[in-house]
Amino acid sequence: MANGCCSEGGIKLLYPCSGAADVGELADQAVRKLWKEGFATKTCLAGVGADLSGFVQSAKGADINITVDGCSMACARKCLERIGVKPVSIMLADLGYKKGESPVTEENIDKIASAIKEASSMPLKGKAGDTTSGGGCCS
Amino acid sequence: MKLEILGTGCPKCIKLEELTRQAASELGLEAEITKVKDINQIMNYGVMMTPALVVDGVVKVVGKVPSLEDIKKYIK
Repeated sequence: MANGCCSEGGIKLLYPCSGAADVGELADQAVRKLWKEGFATKTCLAGVGADLSGFVQSAKGADINITVDGCSMACARKCLERIGVKPVSIMLADLGYKKGESPVTEENIDKIASAIKEASSMPLKGKAGDTTSGGGCCS
Repeated sequence: MKLEILGTGCPKCIKLEELTRQAASELGLEAEITKVKDINQIMNYGVMMTPALVVDGVVKVVGKVPSLEDIKKYIK
């Protein structure tokens, strides 16, 4: 769902790689969990990869873009970098999840969701005094 | 030329519409300017936050109000 322009706390967009392997599914499920919790908004990595203007400009306009890659190929991170956006990058391989050896369980999904929250709790990019950018638009 | 302002009616959405109309007028463009408030139509563009400016079906900017000069560059 699109964020309202009066969202509090800045716009955070989540991009799981959603790859075919178990780690791709874990990335997807953890992101969906965070989305349902309201931590951030999941969006479509494929839209960025297809160079669709709405997805590309949304990534450029967001306060934080968070990519979650299952493996070190880092497809999600590279899709964002290709359009000039530097995301907060989380790789499940770095968290100890190996491709083909990481069952998609509630326990693993919860652990990964927590790791994403921790890794992405950083200051927003908005500049002081800039009233034209970022998510807050009601002032 | 078709210009669309995507937004649900917040102050920044209104400001973007005002500036877009001003930019088109100053450039002497014959443009059809429409506001899109329906969230499903907005999402069909892949836009994740508003306001947004769409020029002939291409999303040019999302989540902020560009300057008048920048808007002129987008719609030239």
